[in-house]
Amino acid sequence: MSAPAQPPGRPHGQPSGLPMVRIRAVRKRFGPLEVLKGIDLDVPAGSVVCVVGPSGSGKSTLLRCVNRLETIDSGRIWVNGELMGYAERGGRLHALRPAELSRQQRGIGMVFQRFHLFPHRTAIENVMEGPVTVLRTPAAQARRQAAELLERVGLADRAHHYPAQLSGGQQQRVAIARSLAMRPSLMLFDEPTSALDPELVQEVLAVMRDLAASGMTMMVVTHEMSFAREVGDQLVFMDDGVVVERGDPREVLAAPRHDRLRAFLGQVL
Amino acid sequence: MTQEKAPAAELPIDAVRPARPGRWLGAAAALLFLVWLAFTVIVNENLHWDVIVAYLADGRILGGLWVTIQLTVLSMAIGLALGVLAAVMQLSDNPVLRGTSALYTWFFRGTPLLVQLIFWFNIGLVFPTFAIGVPFGGPKLIEWQANEIITPFTAALLGLAINEGAYMAEIVRAGIRSVDPGQREAAESLGMSHRQVLRRVVLPQAMRVIIPPTGNQFISMLKTTSMVSVIAGAELLTVAQRIYLGNFEVIAMLVVASIWYVVLTTIASVGQHFVEKRFERGHVRLSSRVRRNLRPLTSKEPS
Repeated sequence: MSAPAQPPGRPHGQPSGLPMVRIRAVRKRFGPLEVLKGIDLDVPAGSVVCVVGPSGSGKSTLLRCVNRLETIDSGRIWVNGELMGYAERGGRLHALRPAELSRQQRGIGMVFQRFHLFPHRTAIENVMEGPVTVLRTPAAQARRQAAELLERVGLADRAHHYPAQLSGGQQQRVAIARSLAMRPSLMLFDEPTSALDPELVQEVLAVMRDLAASGMTMMVVTHEMSFAREVGDQLVFMDDGVVVERGDPREVLAAPRHDRLRAFLGQVL
Repeated sequence: MTQEKAPAAELPIDAVRPARPGRWLGAAAALLFLVWLAFTVIVNENLHWDVIVAYLADGRILGGLWVTIQLTVLSMAIGLALGVLAAVMQLSDNPVLRGTSALYTWFFRGTPLLVQLIFWFNIGLVFPTFAIGVPFGGPKLIEWQANEIITPFTAALLGLAINEGAYMAEIVRAGIRSVDPGQREAAESLGMSHRQVLRRVVLPQAMRVIIPPTGNQFISMLKTTSMVSVIAGAELLTVAQRIYLGNFEVIAMLVVASIWYVVLTTIASVGQHFVEKRFERGHVRLSSRVRRNLRPLTSKEPS
């Protein structure tokens, strides 16, 4: 699991123009609180978009709306060309049936701040769970794939440990492998290193760097500005439910145009 | 970083314990009481120990014991199934299903089991026949007379199982709610359907919370079956009563029944212990090393 020294710009997975994620005019409220106030965002296929912003800016909610863990109140989200949650027929939107929603969700990997590994299953069983239960992959084949994925995140020797027997960093790497087992075309990371001790952050970021280098499309909500600078193709700064600033991470971080971003960076850097 | 110096010479702790006279006094008093109790019970001729020993393995008693075991296992199994169904209905977002489930637990927890048992036994007075066919007065395919199918055993099973289901519903519901919502989200984002999330992720973890009170319910059910004696259910207590109505050995027969109840509950307690261990899988206590690596959820500040 050696992360290549990362020059700006990645070997393959050059943004190919077609957006993997297209977000238009998305609004979301929780009761009286409007957390997303009209978001427009494109994530080109093969690119890495890092979303940063203060607590309560709506960045995690935006991520959860993309894979329908939250419903949106208005706007549209397309992933891989498919409208999320609805089918358009005869000029009207029809809410998708649960089986259709599940089919859409399985193409999107999600990595949570608190890992959410299944505690009653070992590392390899966690990685096998999706393919076996959802894709009906034969157990032997799923086990082979899971072993390869654990190898890829550097945990081949922890395959038979239960989550409680793993460190936070190891759990998060298993969680990444579990998502990859569904062969997603998009990976969402919701503050994947925020629950980790500082010395464990790098092992998770290294796995994410490898993943980005392999051409995976990624949306990453993070506070790791060095990761955004090295790996990100686009930096999106959100505050109070709107996108305040976006652009090339190296340029944006070097010369932020908005006061709010400057103030935020002053706090986190 | 400074290097630790070589450890100092060992310092064994070989302390003198303080005197604790109260401890010895209490133990002596309790022991004396137990010896006295055992003595009075053993030498008491009114207990008829010879009769107790003679009837302990009596064929009728063993038959009643078997009925008690059957009633307990079957009504717990049906009660658990009803409880899971009612709990899942209670947690669904369909208000009609939620209401139906709430009505069920409300009614059966609100009326005494004894009343329910007598009611089921006499259900023929309300519904003389049972039929499978089109409801609301449509044609019938098969029809039974209530008096034929409602035996004391089926009435007991109905009463115990349906009553148990209402209690199990609450236990299962608490178990399901104890599972971290993040588990559900993680499973959903793998593309699992609601049924798969429930079966593969939520229920196995809920079992850890459901099992201990279910074990208590089972042990309690072993003894609750004795209520069936009001409708002559042919279980352990009914049989013991029938025998003492013939030989007037009331206390001896009750002791015989009690001995068997204690044996059953003891076996069930041991079984409960092993089932609980089985469902502890993955829930090893977090070592301090692992816990150190987890920061509380609230501290989101980046390094």
